[in-house]
Amino acid sequence: MNKLGFYPGCSLEGTSREYAESVLATAELFGVELAQVPDWNCCGATAAHNLNRALSLALPARILAKALDAGMKEIVVPCAACYNRLSVTQHELFLDEKLRRETEEAVGLPLSDKVEILNVVQFVERYIEGQLPEKVTQPFGSDVACYYGCLLVRPHDVLQFDRQEDPQAMDRVMRLLGANPIDWPFKTECCGASLSIGRTELVAKLSGRIVREAEERGAGAIIVGCPMCHSNLDMRRPQINKYLGARSKIPTLYLTQAIALACGLDKKQSGTRRNFVKVDWNALRNS
Amino acid sequence: MARIGVFVCHCGENISSTVDCERVAQQAGRLPGVAFSADYKYMCSDPGQSMIKEAIAEHRLTGVVVSACSPRMHEPTFRKACAEAGLNHYLCEMANIREQCSWVHPKDEATTQKAFDLVRTQVEKVRNDNPLEPIRVPVNKTAVVVGGGVAGIQVALDVAAGGHKVILVERDPSIGGHMSQLSETFPTLDCSQCILTPRMVEAAQHPNITLMTYSELESMDGFIGNFNLRIRRKARSVDEKLCTGCGLCTTKCPNKKIPSEFEQGLAFRTAIYTPFPQAVPNKPVIDRDNCTWFKTGKCGVCGKLCPTGAINYQQQDEIVEVKAGAIVLATGFEVKKTDFFPEYGYGRYRDVITGLQFERLASASGPTRGEIRRPSDGRVPEKVVFVACAGSRDPAKGIPYCSKICCMYTAKHAMLYKHKVHEGTPYVFYMDIRAAGKNYDEFTRRAIEEDGAKYIRGRVSNIYEKNGKLVVRGADTLLGGKPVEIEADMVVLATAAVSCDGSEELAQKLHVSYDSYKFFAEAHPKLKPVETNTAGIYLAGACQAPKDIPESVAAASGAAAKVIGLFANDTLTREPVVARVNRTAPPIFSTCMGCGLCISICPYQAIDTEEITDRSGKVVKTIARINPGLCQGCGTCVSFCRSKSIDLEGYSNKQVYQEVVAMLNSD
Amino acid sequence: MSRNINPHATVDPECLTPAPEPHGRHSAHFSASSLASQASATVGVDSARCYQCGKCSAGCPLADEMDFTSSAVLRMLQTEDPAADRELLTSQTIWLCASCEMCISRCPMQVDIPKLMDFLRQRSLYEGLANRDARRNIVAFHRSFLDVIRLTGRSYEIGLVVDYKVRSGKLLQDLTVAPAMFLKGKLALIPEMVRDRRGIKRIFKKTDE
Repeated sequence: MNKLGFYPGCSLEGTSREYAESVLATAELFGVELAQVPDWNCCGATAAHNLNRALSLALPARILAKALDAGMKEIVVPCAACYNRLSVTQHELFLDEKLRRETEEAVGLPLSDKVEILNVVQFVERYIEGQLPEKVTQPFGSDVACYYGCLLVRPHDVLQFDRQEDPQAMDRVMRLLGANPIDWPFKTECCGASLSIGRTELVAKLSGRIVREAEERGAGAIIVGCPMCHSNLDMRRPQINKYLGARSKIPTLYLTQAIALACGLDKKQSGTRRNFVKVDWNALRNS
Repeated sequence: MARIGVFVCHCGENISSTVDCERVAQQAGRLPGVAFSADYKYMCSDPGQSMIKEAIAEHRLTGVVVSACSPRMHEPTFRKACAEAGLNHYLCEMANIREQCSWVHPKDEATTQKAFDLVRTQVEKVRNDNPLEPIRVPVNKTAVVVGGGVAGIQVALDVAAGGHKVILVERDPSIGGHMSQLSETFPTLDCSQCILTPRMVEAAQHPNITLMTYSELESMDGFIGNFNLRIRRKARSVDEKLCTGCGLCTTKCPNKKIPSEFEQGLAFRTAIYTPFPQAVPNKPVIDRDNCTWFKTGKCGVCGKLCPTGAINYQQQDEIVEVKAGAIVLATGFEVKKTDFFPEYGYGRYRDVITGLQFERLASASGPTRGEIRRPSDGRVPEKVVFVACAGSRDPAKGIPYCSKICCMYTAKHAMLYKHKVHEGTPYVFYMDIRAAGKNYDEFTRRAIEEDGAKYIRGRVSNIYEKNGKLVVRGADTLLGGKPVEIEADMVVLATAAVSCDGSEELAQKLHVSYDSYKFFAEAHPKLKPVETNTAGIYLAGACQAPKDIPESVAAASGAAAKVIGLFANDTLTREPVVARVNRTAPPIFSTCMGCGLCISICPYQAIDTEEITDRSGKVVKTIARINPGLCQGCGTCVSFCRSKSIDLEGYSNKQVYQEVVAMLNSD
Repeated sequence: MSRNINPHATVDPECLTPAPEPHGRHSAHFSASSLASQASATVGVDSARCYQCGKCSAGCPLADEMDFTSSAVLRMLQTEDPAADRELLTSQTIWLCASCEMCISRCPMQVDIPKLMDFLRQRSLYEGLANRDARRNIVAFHRSFLDVIRLTGRSYEIGLVVDYKVRSGKLLQDLTVAPAMFLKGKLALIPEMVRDRRGIKRIFKKTDE
């Protein structure tokens, strides 16, 4: 049993509960125990780095400090936004010692760059991918569009994850699940992210283009690793449909939901019952 | 007993304004071994030189110290004066009391003292100087030109026209280089092949030129006038003497699906192939990596069919040793391939091509016979987007420099496309139009005004394929960065020009400097543009930096002029400042123990061993031997020698030691 | 012509430590009062490096919506014109930028535009120049978000939405999606809270600008 640190972040406790459910169900299935970072806080998300740089570093720093304090060497951070903020914070603070000391002073806890931050794909690659061939019982049969968004791959020089144009990691995992990942150009286009509430109509447009492109290229599902992308592509579908002037039916699945389904978990365990756009598993799986 | 003369120069007021020259001369006169001293306003003038000559004769001087400026300018002057008075050149030394003293210190007692100290060190050096003779070396009047593109061909023809032998070494099976791949040339739109192929033939037929194609430089030693080169003639598997170039083998070869290098992957070739129909020599080679015979031992069709029996599967690489007096590097450039661009699809879209590929599409001898058709489906493109600065001027991609040729060839491409596809629309994304050259700017204006190329000032962010079209996303910075999206049928990337594969290794073999982009470095960016920092090795064309055809040819003729100038001499003289292993009386012969450390560290491979034999011919000792022809006098062996058995002529350990002692004993 | 060199003279350590400059060169050619020089000094983004190729604007997903595209923003900074600086601080652009980082990922000169945008937003709030429309929606949302975190340590949707509605005055927006979210179990009625709320307060206090 591998025991890893786990930072769910606020979205996974609320709007993206299905993500948390699928991550935990998948982890359990593959023999990984995820222990929450004690008394974790919000990473500050876009709001903090838009309005207050010092705060945008201090909030993630507290999380890292808490993980360090609990002796965690690796923490799994399924939310791409949190993953991004934690990684960038660690990078910036260990480039600039003055900034680090100021931040440690604000947080009141010591920091270290020894905590390894894993995004959902890295988590899957390291602890799950190897066992997939034996564990997949219900392989996919459809085309899927792997959508990485911005926060998993950029800034590349900090995150060093996959290649920043046309990344392949999720495609590789989906192939192991039996799906056929399509070659499409919107893998790392922005969905509108934080403009979701402030400027919903823009999100409808940006996410609308992504949904249209995936659908036109014949994908049966969009696969994501970010709750912001998911809520924009899934929960905002009525606005997207209005923008597109059409009723798009393509569901948006978290990577872990896809793994859970392919490994035979049901819609409760995989959390797909909470998706807004209906996940028709019969249409996606190999029959 | 030494009888040294010291001559202190005022250099007008350059020295005397801060140094008391008269006192320096007086003090120097009291040094042991100094027989004469004097000061004078301009020592380099005619009266100054006469003063030195007269003093040598009158005082029977055995050495001279001229205390004046830097030796860089006037050491030859004073040494010549001494020689005219019958004193060996190398018994005259200079103490630099101008740049190293008067110019950098205020008028002060300490300044005069420093000048005197500098004089005293040179007196000690001269006391230990030995008479030396300059080394004379013959000049081998053969030039080796590496690279057979337009620059190399030009060098070869020019040097050959000067009456000297040239060996033209080319790595590929044919000479011709990139220019032979081009369709038309800017700014005249004359056909590239039509102007180049006659020059290729001329080079092949010139009695002074020896072509060595499919050959590479293996190693080099020696020095200006006397280079020794080893050239690897790669196994062609075809006997060039027997082959008539009939081409039967290439038509019958069953292995027909190998992407052609000459056609930039837009067409296929066979395993036995001639790169292009106008190749020189027009004789095929077998590409052993792709030949069925070499892979499986079966087939052998070409061998069976060849009417003259020229196919030779057993042929081996051959190392040819060549002696030459000069080397010219003309190895040219390469262009980045489309897979260099992640944002333009990592090379996975077949209709995104490089400028060089477009040249092949536009060429009458190319895979489409000059019709502009896109590679994926052969359709004539209705919209073509040309992207300038693809990789160039892009520090993030590691290529911050301008590739220089792209602005012009992109304008040419837009023009050629429009001339061939009247209904088509060429778009050009550019950052700046760099068209500095005779009739260049007029040419780009013609592309815009007469041929309707739509120039958009902005860079392309990304390209993707959709429904058989390529969506090009750019911006118009002249409209405030407004996004522009064009659905094109074909995209041509003016990819960056970079140094050739293998440039770094070649530069290291030849001891030639190169820049961080592995272009060869000229000796001086303005005044020595075709020389390298290694005497006798010259540069021509785009191996130095991106260059267009006129510039490459001009540089080639410049390099040829340098070679012919060098070959105007039968011998060259060299400074005799070389290392020497000491010799003593038997039974020791030399303090050298023959450990060989110097042999391994000598950067010029100038040291080998020598056996000392007794009268009966028995070897009694093996010691190091330094070839004075190869030694560059760097002194590395001197400092490494554990038994202090090596000295540098004119700078012996003893001399340097005495100089230092004299400096430290100043009072 | 002559200069005495004092071997005991020390080098001012300030001369040896250049301002933060993540991408190599530091630009010392801006006048101190301009936005460009402030950006260079505080976040190390040197707008002089931009050579106006427009690749950022070309790839920007929101360029169509912006009053100034990213390359135009860089150009305006380069002019050091106080009027242009003011136009930037009152622009919509800086609030529309979604920090997707597409621009810097493709920028040939590696000008960190996302970092620059963060700087401009913070500057704009500090000087009270933030665009009125943006203040009502985007800034209001961000403020509400931070309000909730300040109180609970975590983001809490209902609290956030209520706070935001009050700040923005958009009382009806998003009411359609809320019941559905509730039914899907995506809205918690009681906020999850950090136990160590004093620690969170301390962070907000220490980083208050």
